[in-house]
Amino acid sequence: MDPTSPFARFWDEFRRNRVAVAALGVVLAIMLLALAAPLISPQDPYDLANLVLMDARRPPGHVGSKGFTHWLGTDAQGRDLLSAILYGLRISIQIGIIAGSIAFVLGATLGAFAAYFGGRIEALIMRIIDLQLSFPAILLALVLAALLGQGKWPLIAALVTAQYAYFARTAHGAASTERSKDYVDAALSTPLAARRVVFRHILPNCLPPLIVVATVQIANSIALEATLSFLGLGLPVTEPSLGMLIANGFQYMLSGRYWISIYPGVALIVLIVAINLVGDQVRDQINPRLRR
Amino acid sequence: MLGFIIQRLMQACVVMLVISVLVFVGVYAVGNPIDVLISPDATQLIREQTIKAYGLDQPLWKQYLDFLNRLVRGDFGRSFVFNMPVLELIFQKLPATLELTLLAVLGATLLGVPLGIYAGYRPDSAASKAIMAISILGFSVPTFWIGLVLIFTFAVTLGWLPAGSRGETASLFGIQWSFLTANGLMHLFLPALNLSLFKFAMMVRLARAGTRETMLTDTVKFARAAGLSEWTILRRHVLRLIAIPIVTVFGLELGSTLAFAVVTETIFSWPGIGKLIIDSISTLDRPVMVAYLMLVAFLFIVINLSVDIAYAALDPRLRTRRAA
Repeated sequence: MDPTSPFARFWDEFRRNRVAVAALGVVLAIMLLALAAPLISPQDPYDLANLVLMDARRPPGHVGSKGFTHWLGTDAQGRDLLSAILYGLRISIQIGIIAGSIAFVLGATLGAFAAYFGGRIEALIMRIIDLQLSFPAILLALVLAALLGQGKWPLIAALVTAQYAYFARTAHGAASTERSKDYVDAALSTPLAARRVVFRHILPNCLPPLIVVATVQIANSIALEATLSFLGLGLPVTEPSLGMLIANGFQYMLSGRYWISIYPGVALIVLIVAINLVGDQVRDQINPRLRR
Repeated sequence: MLGFIIQRLMQACVVMLVISVLVFVGVYAVGNPIDVLISPDATQLIREQTIKAYGLDQPLWKQYLDFLNRLVRGDFGRSFVFNMPVLELIFQKLPATLELTLLAVLGATLLGVPLGIYAGYRPDSAASKAIMAISILGFSVPTFWIGLVLIFTFAVTLGWLPAGSRGETASLFGIQWSFLTANGLMHLFLPALNLSLFKFAMMVRLARAGTRETMLTDTVKFARAAGLSEWTILRRHVLRLIAIPIVTVFGLELGSTLAFAVVTETIFSWPGIGKLIIDSISTLDRPVMVAYLMLVAFLFIVINLSVDIAYAALDPRLRTRRAA
């Protein structure tokens, strides 16, 4: 790789923060585990034929009747928790990335167009977004999840609605600065369509701050999804994400069977904190105000 | 100034109206409440009577106008499930949520601000780093998970504190409060701690950032030159200068804590309005959902409006910049 390319320079700086590198490693490892879940997990947790009720609620290390060891114990249906967590991670990450990406595209486009057009359109769009930002994201997601009902796409719609405003505001801020620069005036002096100027000229220059928001928001949407699923407003039972695993184990925790809730929770926390640590480092590197 | 206030008030009314339409249409588009209200083996006659009694046979726009009309008179209808006026139901559950949120926000502020000032005053000390680590955890770890860990640690493993419900209550002004009895306080402690962690993290960050900035200003330099002790400088000058953003956030956070209370109340089976809304969502108790959402929206609009007006009163530049 060319050592002077912006990416190489960025990586050089990133590498110096050991915590961030470790966190990035953890994130990549978890993603790999989630991707490979069907190949490496000891059991297909959703094939009911695989479940033995005799093995239900066994503590970690229990050797099940099928002959393999449940390293993290089993849940109320006799499901191997390690397998359930791997599959749960798959669902949680998938939802987080899909919701984050849609919110990114929607918010960035809206914010950039608002900055590009200015005037009343800008004022109206930004007013709506400010208003929305003053409501807590969790409340918005809760209401929408309740209104739209259960399922993957209603949930994603709720997460996107709760989060696109952050992207829109960031994109608007960055695009307003870009809008006043000469290269945009130059582009406008040629007969280019507004769409082209916004997408090809302004938006690429707004990407760095948006990427920072994106890392944080993916972690947030994973956490939000888990919260909604925990409250029973997330995915249907056929697609148990980490939040639902935790919720299912909650009632057993009071009787001391901690592992059903605690291990999925640990997986969730490690994922969220690792993403946030990577995001923090990226933000510090991109934010010019923090440059020494 | 008066023009500004009137303009903002009108805006708030428009927003409230838009929200009422959204909430109404949204809520009434969910499922069929009749299926929840009566058993499937009820006769057709009972079914029709129930539909008529709740006005569910009317067209949607007519239901909305009726709803708006009742709203203005403060009548949110009757809960399908509890069979009592919704407003009464909400006011009955409100004190539990109020004492929980107030205690959480107060605790977070009283603890978070001094610790944040310390972390800003001595940014490199080990204690400051520990404070910041806790605040990062408070920010990134979901509330419900912290609640679970608290229950598991203090209620299940150690057995020190109860895991749910309000405990004994005592009456004050004709309302039942938990914080007046020792047993109630024990029940209040864990949920309040759970709810306050996020606010605590936020207060620490705010106070720390403010203190770091203020310590570099001339105010502090001159105060030091005048021979004031560091303690006096922190208490008399730094605290005062960072107080304005903290008070603002304190006010705004009181509102958003209500939203987070939904999660905490569910985990600790705290019988407040947060648990009420979750229960009413799962039973499709529409009048309760609508009333809760309208109430929260109203609360947020009032808070935002007062913040806007307070800022305009403090900063004349904002008054001339016409709000869009």
